[in-house]
Amino acid sequence: MRMRISSAHVVDPANDVNQVTDLFIADGRIVGLGKAPDGFEPERNLDASGLVLMPGIVDLRARLREPGAEHKGTIASETLAAVRGGITTLCCPPDTDPVVDTPAVAELIHQRAATSRLARVDVLGALTRNLDGQNLAEMGALREAGCLGVSNALQPVSDTEVMRRAMEYAATFGLTVFVHAEDPWLAKGRVVHDGAVGTRLGLGGIPEIAETIAVARELLLVEQTGTRVHFCHLSTGPAVDMVRDAQSHGLPVSADVAVHQLFLTEQDVDAFNSYCHVRPPVRSLDDRARLRAGVRAGVLGSICSDHQPHELDAKLNPFADTAPGISAVDSLLALVIGLVADNELTLAQAVKALTCGPAAALGIDRGTLSLGSPADICLFDPDEQWVLDDTSMLSRGHNTPFKGHTLKGRARCTLVDGRVVFEASPLRAAVG
Amino acid sequence: MTSTGNTLQVDAQGRLKHFLTIAGLERDLLVNILDTAESFAGVGERAVKKVPLLRGKTIVNLFFEPSTRTRTTFELAAKRLSADVLNINASTSSTTKGESLLDTLRTLEAMHCDMFVVRHGQSGAAHFIASHAAPHISVINGGDGSHAHPTQAMLDMFAIRRHKGDFASLKVSIVGDVAHSRVARSQIHALVTLGAAEVRVVAPRTLVPPGLEKMGVRVYDNLRQGLADADVVILLRLQNERMQGALLPSAHEYFQYYGVTEERLAAAHPDAIVMHPGPLNRGVEIDSDVADGSRSVILRQVSYGIAIRMAVMSMAIGSHAAAEREEN
Repeated sequence: MRMRISSAHVVDPANDVNQVTDLFIADGRIVGLGKAPDGFEPERNLDASGLVLMPGIVDLRARLREPGAEHKGTIASETLAAVRGGITTLCCPPDTDPVVDTPAVAELIHQRAATSRLARVDVLGALTRNLDGQNLAEMGALREAGCLGVSNALQPVSDTEVMRRAMEYAATFGLTVFVHAEDPWLAKGRVVHDGAVGTRLGLGGIPEIAETIAVARELLLVEQTGTRVHFCHLSTGPAVDMVRDAQSHGLPVSADVAVHQLFLTEQDVDAFNSYCHVRPPVRSLDDRARLRAGVRAGVLGSICSDHQPHELDAKLNPFADTAPGISAVDSLLALVIGLVADNELTLAQAVKALTCGPAAALGIDRGTLSLGSPADICLFDPDEQWVLDDTSMLSRGHNTPFKGHTLKGRARCTLVDGRVVFEASPLRAAVG
Repeated sequence: MTSTGNTLQVDAQGRLKHFLTIAGLERDLLVNILDTAESFAGVGERAVKKVPLLRGKTIVNLFFEPSTRTRTTFELAAKRLSADVLNINASTSSTTKGESLLDTLRTLEAMHCDMFVVRHGQSGAAHFIASHAAPHISVINGGDGSHAHPTQAMLDMFAIRRHKGDFASLKVSIVGDVAHSRVARSQIHALVTLGAAEVRVVAPRTLVPPGLEKMGVRVYDNLRQGLADADVVILLRLQNERMQGALLPSAHEYFQYYGVTEERLAAAHPDAIVMHPGPLNRGVEIDSDVADGSRSVILRQVSYGIAIRMAVMSMAIGSHAAAEREEN
């Protein structure tokens, strides 16, 4: 379909665009910005005045729960929630059941996503077989099957020799290693930040050094092996500093932050609120401030949902017995836009961390509005107020500490490959 | 400081609905508990050891962890208040068959009970049960993980007030494994709220959790300094499993540096009392001479425990009755 989207506030950080203009789409691709290509005859002409038009969100880490935990979510249910939230690409970690350590599982996920025809779904392959931390997975075959990188998800690779060889082998195939930086011994059996709140509650604390020691080891291995490494969901200020220093020395490392880490702190756990049980744990106010600064500076190149939908029962237990994670694709965009409203981020910084930042970490040519690129687009109303609740959430998991909050900023229309996959209410037709 | 579950355990009129933690409770309420316990303290010495306050009420002792002293004193307290008592040792029953905590709770609710006394190995378990229990049910925390053991702390406060008087002039030293101790956390909250002049914690650094000072204590790693001029010395039980892993090398070495003997107690105030929540590890955290000596109030703590538990049970069930009257 040929489409003209008129008078939108177009934000495309990759091309340094931040202005009210028109966008032109044909054959699933972006064919013009500001000026229509010669002879362009739109079949649909949308008036997007008052709306922001950005590249569709690339969510670096979202668990869709299929295969293996369909009672928590399916590719169909979670990609529907994603496109409602302006997300056009989701990348799932390999800790499904079975694990993505064979091409068959990766193909299954791709196939289910293709059947749903909503968001694009990309997959990370396993770094070690069954994520056992000991034997290398068949990374060559996983790459052939379309895996964009490899990861051991939340499972540790405690043997440094295994990690070194895994990195070398991944680099052989040009695969980025996505790392959950957590020293397994310092984190073992513990559930919250190691600080005053955890002490008062009598909950075992994961110290900040559990993260920084792991980051230090992986950075030294990057220096040794030259492998591209991406640090997932950093939670501490010192780790941000370490990654910044490594980047300034030219090491091929990137990092992301989970959106909830930019809001929640250890104080939110105070009444044993199991909806704030996440891994790594939410930390101090100082850490949160330094994570926000890390996004502004571009050290943390991506903000991801770290979406982990759960059934109701998973959170109904004493704190340490509950499953960690937050259902977050429904609220990702609004929460990040909230940081813009609070002057924590500029709109361009926010959009960058949701689009070209994560696309670069995945090594994919998305997250931009460059001419000729696929028309993956999110149109959102920055002023729409809405309540995050059981009615508005489309994810199968409603486990979020933000439930009941009034959020500002909501997707109106989402396009994947130029195809409208979500439209809140028909947008006005532009005149002329 | 945000208070832990405060709105959960106290109603709009400031009455105790549940008793989950000392944190966030007002000083007046703690004093009220101590005063109420004083009024019950004589009941056990009468020929007829019962008052009819909770006649017709059913109290369930729901223990997911083994306990002798806490469970029996709760049971005695309930019986002296004329309540019916049901003891459920959940560590050997339904939960081992895979029943969820919430399902156990619902099953007991269906039996029309009025109060649960809960002991559980996970911090926050009593909060969880109180948040999900039917509104007519009171929950008393009989110890949850490393979080809180509020009735133990209140009976300790009762002992301190009886033997030492005004808290404002007291230096209190808590010696031992604070990191894993729900008793110590509740004692610290109680002592700070009741206005103790100084609260100290004495332990090797492996047994001191981070940010403990923020609870209002001074931390010492030297026993002599930590005991200097103390009016009250509280010893904590050292669990045998702490010797595994990397917290302590041996019970022997612990006693060498942190075991309280008559000789080391000389650093404390001459009139200092010695307390211990039990059960004792003689020769580990406490020498027999001290445990059985004239300054020890350890056995009296146990009998005070019954009065404190009677006080808390009657106050919590009483607040529900009062709330129901107000509604009608």
